[in-house]
Amino acid sequence: MRPFEYERPNGLAEATALLADLGPDARPLAGGTDLIIRLRDGSLRPRVVVDVKGIAELDRDIREEEGYLRIGALTTMTDIAADPRVQREYPALAESALYVGSVQIRNRATLAGNMCNASPAADTAPALLAYGALVVATGPNGTRRFPLDEFFVRSGVTTLSSGELMVGLEMPRPMSPRGSIHLRRTRRRGHDLASVTLACAVTPDGATRIAYGSLGPRPSLAIDDSGRLADPSVPDAEKADFLDRLLADATPSPTSMRASPEYRLAMLRVLGLRGVKSAIDRLASAQAR
Amino acid sequence: MTDSRRIELTVNGRSRSIEVLAHHTLLDVLREDLGLTGTKECCLVGECGACTVIMDGNSVDSCLVLGVEADGSALTTVEGLAVDGKLSPVQRSFLETGAAQCGFCIPGQLMSAHALLADVPHPTRSQVEEGLAGNLCRCAGYEQIIEAVLMAAGASDEDAAANGEVRRATRLPAMGDRSATPDAELAPQ
Repeated sequence: MRPFEYERPNGLAEATALLADLGPDARPLAGGTDLIIRLRDGSLRPRVVVDVKGIAELDRDIREEEGYLRIGALTTMTDIAADPRVQREYPALAESALYVGSVQIRNRATLAGNMCNASPAADTAPALLAYGALVVATGPNGTRRFPLDEFFVRSGVTTLSSGELMVGLEMPRPMSPRGSIHLRRTRRRGHDLASVTLACAVTPDGATRIAYGSLGPRPSLAIDDSGRLADPSVPDAEKADFLDRLLADATPSPTSMRASPEYRLAMLRVLGLRGVKSAIDRLASAQAR
Repeated sequence: MTDSRRIELTVNGRSRSIEVLAHHTLLDVLREDLGLTGTKECCLVGECGACTVIMDGNSVDSCLVLGVEADGSALTTVEGLAVDGKLSPVQRSFLETGAAQCGFCIPGQLMSAHALLADVPHPTRSQVEEGLAGNLCRCAGYEQIIEAVLMAAGASDEDAAANGEVRRATRLPAMGDRSATPDAELAPQ
C-alpha cells in the first residue's frame, strides 16, 4: 500500500476543519471495508487518512428521539441487523444490513460509510430511502439535515461539501402500521454485489415507496400516492405496467459485468411486484396484531 | 515522509507496545512486526477470510483494518486458541473431522468458528453456514468444516471448562498474563 499519513482527531470541529483544509488530499476512515481496498489498489491516493472513530461527538448508538430513530455515524451493520427496534419498525433495513458482506465485514462496515461510499449497489440505501431517512451532516459551517434522496449524486459522489461529515441518519418513526421488505438479486447464492437491490414500503393510506439500486448511477426512490400498487385487489398485470412507468428512471449500465441492462430491468419489474405483494402481506399482518 | 506511531494492544493475552507504519494493515503488523504468521494473507479485499482475527470480541478481516486502528484493542489470533498446549474444542473437532485439507484457510475458519460459538453456543447448521460464509476454502472442505463446528458446539457441554477458557479468550478485552502462548516465543521482544 502507498504510504499515507494518519490522523485521528478527537473533536468534530477539529475533524471538519482538517478535512476542509486538506480537501481532496484527505479521506475519512470509519469501518474501512471499502476505503482500505481502494487505498491498496491505488484507485484512491489521499495524502492523509482521517480516522473518524476518535471523534467524541460521533457515536455508535441507535437512539429513539422525538419522531425519529437516530443511527449514529459509527453504527455497524452488525449493530443494525441485531437491533430489535430496527427489526420491528424498519425490517427492510435490518434485512439489507444482513446482506452486506460477511460477518467480518458487517462487524466493521458502518451504515453511514455505506451511504458515503455512494455505491449505486449499496444494499442498505434502498431501505433508508423507502423509510424517508434524513442525513445529518456537520461541516465547518454548522449542521444541516436533508433527505437521503438529496445525498447521492453518482458512484462515489455525494452532496456533502468539503469538510462535511455525516454524523448520523434519522428515520422518521412510523405514524401507523407499515409493511416493508428488502429484496435483491445476485449472480449466485452467497456473497455478491446485487444485480438489483430493492426495498418497498406500504402504508395504510395507500402510499407505496419503492427504492432500488444497481440500476443507474445512484440509488433511486419512486413514490406511488395513487393507492393502486397498495391495493390488493388490483391485478398483477396492471400493477406491472404501472410499475414500468413508475420505475422508468432506471438506467442500468450497459457495460457492467454483473448483469445485462435487459436482465436488470426485467428483474426490477419482478422484484418490484414481489416487493409490493410482500409489503402488503406484512402490512396486513401488522394490522392484525 | 512515512508516518508511524506507537500503539498499545493486547495480543493473545499479552500486552504489546509497538511502532507501526500508518499504511500497514493489522495483518501486516501481526505477521511482520509480531511474527504471528498463523494469520494468513490471501485475497486482501475482505472476501476470503484467511486473515480473520478476533478484535475486541468481534471477528474482523485483518487485511481491512489498519494497524494503527488496533491501538487499545484486545486481539486473539489462531496462536491464542490453544491454552497451555491444549487445543481448543474447535481445533480438536477440526482434526477429528478432517476439516483441514491443504490447511491454508483453517486459521481463519477457526477464528470465525470461535467468534460464532462465543455468540451462539449451539448454532443450527444454517447459522454455522452464515457464520463461516466469509471464509472461503479452495479445497472445498465445507462439509467437514461445518461438521467440525457443530461437533465442537456439541462437545462444549462435555468440555465446559476448556471451552469457557476459550470464550473468555475471545470476548474479554484483557486477560492478564498468558506468557505461555506461542507468540511469546515467536515474537521479537
